[in-house]
Amino acid sequence: MNITVRVGLSTCGRAAGAQAVFNALATQVREHALPVTLQPTGCVGACHREPLVEVVDNGVTTLYGPVASGDAAALLLRHLGAAPAGDAGPPVVSRHADRHDYPFLGRQVKVTTGLCGVIDPHSLDDYLAHDGYAALRQALTMKPEAIIQAVKDAHLRGRGGAGFPTGQKWEISRRQADPRKFIICNADEGDPGAFMDRTMIEGDPHRVLEGMLIAARAIGAQTGYIYIRAEYPLAVAALHEAIAQARDAGFVGKNILGSGMDFDFVVKEGAGAFVCGEETALMRSIEGHRGMPTMRPPYPSVHGLWGHPTNINNVETYASIPAILGNGPDWFAGMGTARSGGTKAFALAGAIQNSGLVEIPIGMTLREMVFDIGGGCRDGRAFKAVQLGGPSGGCIPADLLDTRIDYEDLRATGAIMGSGGMIVADERTCMVDIARYFLTFTQDESCGKCIPCRVGTRKMLNILTAITQGRGTAEDLARLTRLCHTVHTTSLCGLGQTAPNPVLTTMRYFEDEYHAHVDAHSCPAGSCQMHGVHAEGSHA
Amino acid sequence: MVSRKRSGARKYAYRGDPLVEPPPPELAAILERHRGARDGLITALEEIQRHYGYLGQDQLRYAARELSFPLAQVYGVATFYNLFLFDPPGEVVVRVCRGTACHVNQADAILQHLCDKLEIGVDETTPDGRFTLQTVACMGACSLAPVVVVGDETHGRMTPDGAWAALDDERQVAASPTEEAT
Repeated sequence: MNITVRVGLSTCGRAAGAQAVFNALATQVREHALPVTLQPTGCVGACHREPLVEVVDNGVTTLYGPVASGDAAALLLRHLGAAPAGDAGPPVVSRHADRHDYPFLGRQVKVTTGLCGVIDPHSLDDYLAHDGYAALRQALTMKPEAIIQAVKDAHLRGRGGAGFPTGQKWEISRRQADPRKFIICNADEGDPGAFMDRTMIEGDPHRVLEGMLIAARAIGAQTGYIYIRAEYPLAVAALHEAIAQARDAGFVGKNILGSGMDFDFVVKEGAGAFVCGEETALMRSIEGHRGMPTMRPPYPSVHGLWGHPTNINNVETYASIPAILGNGPDWFAGMGTARSGGTKAFALAGAIQNSGLVEIPIGMTLREMVFDIGGGCRDGRAFKAVQLGGPSGGCIPADLLDTRIDYEDLRATGAIMGSGGMIVADERTCMVDIARYFLTFTQDESCGKCIPCRVGTRKMLNILTAITQGRGTAEDLARLTRLCHTVHTTSLCGLGQTAPNPVLTTMRYFEDEYHAHVDAHSCPAGSCQMHGVHAEGSHA
Repeated sequence: MVSRKRSGARKYAYRGDPLVEPPPPELAAILERHRGARDGLITALEEIQRHYGYLGQDQLRYAARELSFPLAQVYGVATFYNLFLFDPPGEVVVRVCRGTACHVNQADAILQHLCDKLEIGVDETTPDGRFTLQTVACMGACSLAPVVVVGDETHGRMTPDGAWAALDDERQVAASPTEEAT
């Protein structure tokens, strides 16, 4: 009898001590020659119980967590039929024959993260054994126009947050006469509270590469850049390793699988500038300059890197592509709403019980997300708001929890779908302070090129700081509203245009909290102490 | 010279003759890899910083000369990105995460506590050169919020006192044996 033991070794798992657990298990297996297949994997998503160890024994999966390295022997003995009586061992998160019997996973539909936590991300063979690169083989037999049509039929929209139809974007690049074309994968996951891209790349890097290869085939691009945060060393290493493996196997390089297609990857590490998530700034950064945005149009699809047509998509968008070709566009479209197909991954965090990486079909309500999957707030506290889209997004209050997670429905609330950051705030969180927090971030990260963003965010931050310190006036609220509209309508790029969203949504839904700060100089949540603000805006 | 708050800015005044010596061999090797590459500047600076721990004045001047960029452009690019340091960091870099999940879990109190205890501000180094205190926008380990990274080690679910205790360990022992990955 052989059992499989998987240990999640993504950044999140390692931060919780998973490497020591893995080493302890490996020592046990080696010293006692145990019939155990020990497998390092990415993150299964249940980050709140990390370090996680999953044991597959006779078709039944047991998920343990949090596991301490001292638990290794007891855990293995339990499955090898030699557990001493009264052995406590590590806590069991779930025991199930099917992943969907575990409630945290049961409501999810995992497409782009389906193999995260299941396969060994360092093994190309493991990916191939799960139909890896089958979609690329299929794409190489298809006409580029047919690939684009499939992506259109799937109703796939940009997962970076803006939601532009992916197939349409590809078609624009495809139609450009310039023979030199680029594609870029935007992995500059800068929103605080977002870790979807990191988890996908660390847990299943080949899926992203495969998606990019298919995009390159459809568009006719020869080079693909992956622009990734330098703060993600494990993900960067995973990409380099996966690209080398794919090259050795003939999926990357000259004459890919005998098709005549040439394509290669370049991994570019970002140097820590949030604005580089904006596509024109990102391209400036790849070209080696300060990452400052430029006017659009011309759009990158027409005039991108070094003036050549360039298709830019987010990690999750590319990761969706293999499944669309593999299972068919109708299958993908069928999972979402009428206007957008498929699934969306979210990094669920904050004051919530079950935090982690969650992937759901588009159209699920926020309530299902927060309470059925997330398990509600920690320690029985009252839910107050959910924040989507990071510094570009907004806060949605309890009475709008039945909003569907869909680009248009979320936009109607004043928030945005965003790239997938979803932070839950409970009754202890002051909504004025949350707005101030995000403005601190955008003000710090404004590149300084256009005045509305550079000066406007500073002025907004000054007002919000004054309010949270009990120095705000009624006129401040009116000035803040006016500033929001000016910054929104006149900023050059998305960073400035969306910077007012956290302020506008909190003013709209939590107006009484603003008034309490201004009129009574008190903070209803009890978090603003009217002191303790320090060290703001220290970066250039 | 008047000291300015923003680190690095005061150091790059024109100081007379350009460099006459060739760059030291390890720097020359890094620059050689990026010579003639129109997009190589940021990567070259990243590699230089990886080697030296920061970007010194001479390294920036050599980069400009060897890669044929105006020094103003090299300096402009280097100061744009948060990753680059212009002063040698302390032996142990302490990074406090200020992501949203950490923020709602009282990361500010941790940062304030470390500032008070170390008697330095953000992006500053203790006078003995032991600790540098930094903030980071998000570590992506939000489920463990609030998070403090000491050197290479991530500490989750921190409190102000817990974060200070994590530093105390570093204060006592020079280096702990690293675990061998299998």
